[in-house]
Amino acid sequence: MNIHEYQAREILRTHGIPVPPGEVAETPEQAEAIAARFGTRVVIKAQVHAGGRGKAGGVQLAATPAEAREKAARILGMEIKGLPVKKVLVTPAEEIASESYVGVIVDRASKRPVFMVSREGGVDIEEVAARSPGAIRRLAVDPRYGLLPHQAYWLATTLYDEAPQQRACAAILRNLYRAFVESGASLAEINPLITTPAGEVKAIDAKFNIDDNELFRRESIAALRDVSAEPPAEIAAREAGLTYIQLDGNIGAVVNGAGLAMATMDLIKYYGGEPANFLDIGGSSNPEKVVNALRIITSDPKVKVILFNIFGGITRCDDVANGIVEASRRIEIRVPLVIRLTGTNEGLALDILRQAGFGATTSMDEVVQKAVEMAGGAPRATN
Amino acid sequence: MAIFADESTRLIVQGITGRDGSFHARQMMEYGTRIVAGVTPGKGGQWFEGPDGKRVPIFDTMERAVGETGADASVIYVPPAFAADAILEAADAGIRLIVAITEGIPVLDMTRVYPFVTEKGARLIGPNCPGLISPGRCKIGIIPASIVTRGPVGVVSRSGTLTYEVVNQLTRAGIGQTTCVGIGGDPIIGTSFIDCLTAFEEDEETRAVVLIGEIGGTDEQEAAAFARQNLSKPVVGFIAGQTAPPGRRMGHAGAIISGSSGTAVEKIRAFEENGIRVARRPIDVVGLIQEAL
Repeated sequence: MNIHEYQAREILRTHGIPVPPGEVAETPEQAEAIAARFGTRVVIKAQVHAGGRGKAGGVQLAATPAEAREKAARILGMEIKGLPVKKVLVTPAEEIASESYVGVIVDRASKRPVFMVSREGGVDIEEVAARSPGAIRRLAVDPRYGLLPHQAYWLATTLYDEAPQQRACAAILRNLYRAFVESGASLAEINPLITTPAGEVKAIDAKFNIDDNELFRRESIAALRDVSAEPPAEIAAREAGLTYIQLDGNIGAVVNGAGLAMATMDLIKYYGGEPANFLDIGGSSNPEKVVNALRIITSDPKVKVILFNIFGGITRCDDVANGIVEASRRIEIRVPLVIRLTGTNEGLALDILRQAGFGATTSMDEVVQKAVEMAGGAPRATN
Repeated sequence: MAIFADESTRLIVQGITGRDGSFHARQMMEYGTRIVAGVTPGKGGQWFEGPDGKRVPIFDTMERAVGETGADASVIYVPPAFAADAILEAADAGIRLIVAITEGIPVLDMTRVYPFVTEKGARLIGPNCPGLISPGRCKIGIIPASIVTRGPVGVVSRSGTLTYEVVNQLTRAGIGQTTCVGIGGDPIIGTSFIDCLTAFEEDEETRAVVLIGEIGGTDEQEAAAFARQNLSKPVVGFIAGQTAPPGRRMGHAGAIISGSSGTAVEKIRAFEENGIRVARRPIDVVGLIQEAL
């Protein structure tokens, strides 16, 4: 789960990390009022779940409240990487003496939380890693002990030369680790961590990615989800216990299992088609899930054909077949269905579908080629 | 031979009274797996009724279950909130092979579980995996018995149903398997591709290996480099997620392209550069394996 910058800043603040004030506006007028209250130059920042905000013009400086309104109006009308901006963060502009990067991620290779820090802050850390990998210091944490004081201090000494800033930074790093663990994050970063001309160390921008598997035990974090920042179909899918990701193509796909769902998308592309979605109905055998899956896919107007690719293991093919029949009674499906079912109770499933007037096959390649053809894509010759 | 488990494996089912645990315990017993105990806290002293009138004693704790039965392996079907502790409990009780089927364990829990299990000298497979099956010998987990047959190919995969798809096609083409292992779709898992390649290399019956990877992380790249250095047996690869958009979690918690790393393109390139032939479609695995054998 993604959270917004203003929410991430709040997590930092509650964990004792110095963060300048800031307020969220949903209208240009609110932005103007906030800027007037601060009485200084402000920065207006788009709150959207996408990287590259700055480059897209989603971060702007305003000298006066009137300018804040004007800039906020511009940003609030924007789309960044296809996502509409509905909120902006208004925060006093800081005097910046230096910008650093500090972050902690769950590192797959070492299977531990790993800190990364760099004196090159304020830019994308991936760019720094690609350009000058030596500019990033890394430290793996033993999660059973957490970030130890001497480790935090060592990291801080790689960022700052002055003792007061090293001490302040070490405290920030330990608090950041605590915030990372307590919010169930897979990534927590401050970029930039600045120093002011007066020597203070402050977090200006923050990003947290939350591990979805943590949400069941972290109610206050789960409550940070901004449903207005997500496509409605994906929200409906989550509520129905499905994993759904909307894509740009016209072939809807209902598959059981994430790996098979990805392989199905790839095969659609292989035969010259374009997948409209990733959809995994999961391992259970509930016909209701199939009904919900069809409801969600048929709500996408781009979809010209819907493909089922089911490999029955725990999932029983007859349950899926019943779900398809049930859905065709309850919702209007205006596009053709092409169905592939194999595995557990396959014979039973084919009978159920045949009686309801549906055709079905047991071959994945066959069903994908058929779907591509029906969607109007050029089917590629097989070898 | 088979890898990790065989006819002599003595298995405990953790969560044997749950919906999934009880269903799959029966399936495993029907396949001939030696299930010697079940564990469900609060149900110790009861019996689990298996197929053909077979009964399995249930214990409250792993410590008791292992002490009474001499089990050396366990399979975990407990819900995500309790699964990390179930793994730790198994390792603490001296279990050597722990197969965690559970999906949804927080990754920070796994950062603490992994070093503990490793220090105890146990092998963890998963979590979020379908387990393993050695055709004709032993099944631990949920891989359908109907799609496998005994033969010379080792299969290792991060996926569940995609593995079934490939294995089913192998079986239909008359190509059997030594062991099929699903290592799991989470970012932190106990047993890696490299562990499985090592075991397949040592296994005399295995003559070729199918490696099914997906987007996210660098396990496939490392496995490819390892295979070039250490494997005498041919490997055929497949990577799922060539059309996956970056930054989105594709069902599996571990199937995510982060920034520019973990893409299918770079994994396929790593395979090809290291002598692993790559199937473009799942069905193409069959032809490539036939050539390799």
